[in-house]
Amino acid sequence: MPKDHGIGASPKRREDVRFLTGAGNYTDDINVHGQAYVHFLRSDVAHGTIKAIDTSAAESMPGVVKIFTGADFEGVGGLPCGWQVTDKHGEPMKEPAHPVLCQGKVRHVGDPIAAVVADSLEEARTAAEAIDVDIEELPAVVDMGAALESGATKVHDDLDDNLCYDWQFGTDTETTDAAFAKAAHVTTLELVNNRLVANPMEPRVAVGDYSRANDEHTLYTTSQNPHVIRLLMGAFVLGIPEHKLRVVAPDVGGGFGTKIFHYAEEAFCTFAAKACNRPVKWTSTRSEAFMSDAHGRDHVTKIELALDADNNFIGVRTDTKANMGAYLSTFSSSVPTWLHGTLMAGNYKTPAVQVNVKAVFTNTVPVDAYRGAGRPEATFQLERVIDKAARELGVDPIALRRQNFITQFPYATPVAVEYDTGDYEATMAKMEELMDIPGFAARRAESEKNGMLRGLGVNCFIEACGIAPSNLVGQLGARAGLYDAATVRVNATGSISVMVGAHSHGQGHETVFPQVVAEMLGIDESMIDIVHGDTSKIPFGMGTYGSRSLAVCGSAMVRATEKIINKAKKIAGHLLEASDSDIELKDGQFTVAGTDKSVAWGDVTLAAYVPHNYPLEDIEPGLEETAFYDPANFTYPAGAYACEVEVDPDTGKVTIEKFVSADDFGNVVNPMIVEGQVHGGIAQGIGQALLENCAYDENGQLLSASYMDYAMPRADDLPHMADYVVDHSCQTPCTHNPLGVKGCGEAGAIGSPPTVVNAVIDALHSGGHTHVSHIDMPVTPSRVWAAINGQ
Amino acid sequence: MYSFDIQRPSTVADAVAALATDEAQPLGGGQTLIPTLKQRLAAPSVLVSLSGIAEMKGICTGDDGSLCIGGGTTHATVAAEAGAYLGLASLAGNIGDPAVRNRGTIGGSLANNDPSACYPAAALASGATIVTNSREIAADDYFQGMFATALEEGEIVTEVRFPVPEKSAYMKFEQPASRFALVGVFVAKYADGVRVAVTGASEEGVFRWSEAEAALSSNFSADALEGLSVSGDGMISDLHGSGAYRAHLVGVMTKRAVVAAR
Repeated sequence: MPKDHGIGASPKRREDVRFLTGAGNYTDDINVHGQAYVHFLRSDVAHGTIKAIDTSAAESMPGVVKIFTGADFEGVGGLPCGWQVTDKHGEPMKEPAHPVLCQGKVRHVGDPIAAVVADSLEEARTAAEAIDVDIEELPAVVDMGAALESGATKVHDDLDDNLCYDWQFGTDTETTDAAFAKAAHVTTLELVNNRLVANPMEPRVAVGDYSRANDEHTLYTTSQNPHVIRLLMGAFVLGIPEHKLRVVAPDVGGGFGTKIFHYAEEAFCTFAAKACNRPVKWTSTRSEAFMSDAHGRDHVTKIELALDADNNFIGVRTDTKANMGAYLSTFSSSVPTWLHGTLMAGNYKTPAVQVNVKAVFTNTVPVDAYRGAGRPEATFQLERVIDKAARELGVDPIALRRQNFITQFPYATPVAVEYDTGDYEATMAKMEELMDIPGFAARRAESEKNGMLRGLGVNCFIEACGIAPSNLVGQLGARAGLYDAATVRVNATGSISVMVGAHSHGQGHETVFPQVVAEMLGIDESMIDIVHGDTSKIPFGMGTYGSRSLAVCGSAMVRATEKIINKAKKIAGHLLEASDSDIELKDGQFTVAGTDKSVAWGDVTLAAYVPHNYPLEDIEPGLEETAFYDPANFTYPAGAYACEVEVDPDTGKVTIEKFVSADDFGNVVNPMIVEGQVHGGIAQGIGQALLENCAYDENGQLLSASYMDYAMPRADDLPHMADYVVDHSCQTPCTHNPLGVKGCGEAGAIGSPPTVVNAVIDALHSGGHTHVSHIDMPVTPSRVWAAINGQ
Repeated sequence: MYSFDIQRPSTVADAVAALATDEAQPLGGGQTLIPTLKQRLAAPSVLVSLSGIAEMKGICTGDDGSLCIGGGTTHATVAAEAGAYLGLASLAGNIGDPAVRNRGTIGGSLANNDPSACYPAAALASGATIVTNSREIAADDYFQGMFATALEEGEIVTEVRFPVPEKSAYMKFEQPASRFALVGVFVAKYADGVRVAVTGASEEGVFRWSEAEAALSSNFSADALEGLSVSGDGMISDLHGSGAYRAHLVGVMTKRAVVAAR
């Protein structure tokens, strides 16, 4: 029988009560007395020189408080990049300045030229229309290939060219070439990993506030990591010491990566609040979000897979161009390198794996991490080329994968990481069972009766979560630590507040984290609350991204709770006149082992704060402990996915009939939440595979700038719940964190895109369209029709 | 949006009078105009709301058996109450989402004549009559290209009269993002012949596919369309499909509409 509390139970999400009843406190719900509003005047051309900005007419318009341009930020730092990549020649990446407001040039549509602060938003917008900006338009660099040609227009005049870095990683060239030279078969595939817009339900918001009384700044912002924002903005941009800067990220309506980064609007509102001596609020419109939130993916890749005569993988070589956009967003440089290259071995024991990445500046919105961040890009190319190889060799794609699986753990890959544990055969077998692979032929025949083509796609994936340890990632160029922190504050009557560095923006931490503490202490979950999202309340943690919260911050919470237990046992030992080594904690009772002498949790906590009968000579009063946890390694969730699609050959429309995921997340604390994360991740992956396409024209104008042209996945794009099967019963617990958890937030978005595309190709081949070896995402009806018809 | 005044007349006559002033613009269900205003892409100083005019709402049957739908009737009402004309009711029930269907009106849609809207296909394929405050306009004369109609400034669509066909169906292939028609085909079979109207596809807006009409008038079956095609020239080509793809879909959707007609 499933548990009804603690680890392994599925209590409903307690935070949903407020979210679903309109009682959430989102950033846009925060209004500070006397606040003014800012509207950003954004560039409507992709590239140009700012000849002049005349704000004189606008300044005298009704309600205008102050108008800012780049000149106001000349003494202020630029937005920093958080990861320095070293290229294959040992040189640091090129790091162009990223001013808060444009200085001298505009470099993408949406680049902020000026900011109008006014009493009302409408007044700010109206005044912005009266600003006269003289821009000399320059040719835009949009295509990465064209950007790298010699003589191409430069996005940044002070750089030699548009190449940010040329990175090589993994097996050396001589060894890799040797593997390909002796190959019996080489499969090559060129593909695009399509640019995406993250589109969290809540657009970004920033409210800056400043207290003249004590020279303190407060920034309320839609962030996944308030401490990271405080560090980057305080230290690198505005020069505000941390004790004078509070960053609050309250209820945040989804992030998917794009709210990790430090944005110009955050720095602006913080800066302007002091300059105007008034709180300043910015709320992004959805249209602004399309041209100012960091985009995701946008890789163009050639991948080659070498196989020997027995179909063993003997070499993988990739050549990727990764779009950085016009500036380096906070973690942009790390995504195509350390979050992508390190995953190129996949689930397979390929001995030689070489990854080549050129990062390119273009006149487009900056690109950075989006759910999966590098790992979907790695998985997509590897799993697509394996599928193509299986087809070329006429072998079963499942068997080909299975024969090449890594089966011994720990396993050191040729791309620097060591998988601690896993069982890829188990997830593959579970997937086969849930998908009913033997029944596929009959289902295909049934579809064909209706004039439809049915395809089966499979895929395996590995990901790396909870990026760590800090000393290693520091050597790799990270400019931040990657630990996390938790403070467990036990109150006098036994209730507990846990202050965590992780940030919940939809994940359900407020439900899951108490399950862990409750399990450890044997008390009711309702006695425990989670506090997060406010640098004035929580210890310095790194926030939530990369499926790290439970694996890293949860581990810190476990360590802090262990400290609590140790101290509480000492207090209990004192109260029970026994040695603390004889005290056992079970179901909230401290008992002297082998006796019926016990004290309750509440008696011990009260003693800690009313220490009348207390060993003051040995231990301090109070019951509050903090732990920082820096993991020894990444965690490596993995899985096997499959889906069946129907393709309408007359229209090219793809319908997903069934989707199965068999994931290994290690131990699972709340199965319901894990399943929800996977459902959502797969939905986003299906969105990438079939629908979402952030497209620019050759002039750098964003073609998909609203939901009229940018297709988000909707419920009816997904399979019915009965055919949308998520399984996490295969569990090889992580070997190096105390909970044995691996992380589940990104798996669905990583594993699903190649699954879908593999299925579409399979369907087309079944219909005789064997000339179609690949269709780039999104696999839209028009692209399928064009592929079928050779157009 | 910019500031504007709003007037809420309760009769067509009052609305016409209100629209006679400069800078006044009629507001139907607002499903196009309100987003346009929010983006500051239009700046009317006066909006004349038509949604309080009772005489422009509702559905009835005319003396000649035609279905008469008030210009201010919402898509949801047409979906629910135009059962006498199943193809039309079904079309209305698949426009947008429930919020759109409960606000958007047939008159507003026809006056806007979005090249990807559904209603123009129904009106043209039905040989409907567009009734305004001042005249009656045959559908064949009414649609004059993308976002262009025979309406004069300040003229209001008060009613649309649909001759009810023996059989009809509308087949919409949705643009994946907006879910407007990438190609929508309305087929209506009348005693004196078949009419086929296509929306979403052409740069000229809704149009009749006369070859298909001729073929179907002599043989109302999908087989009759074998070998017929429209040219991709002049078809919309965008992120969601080339002109050639849209031209191909016209054939596919027409066949499916014939099969589905009832």
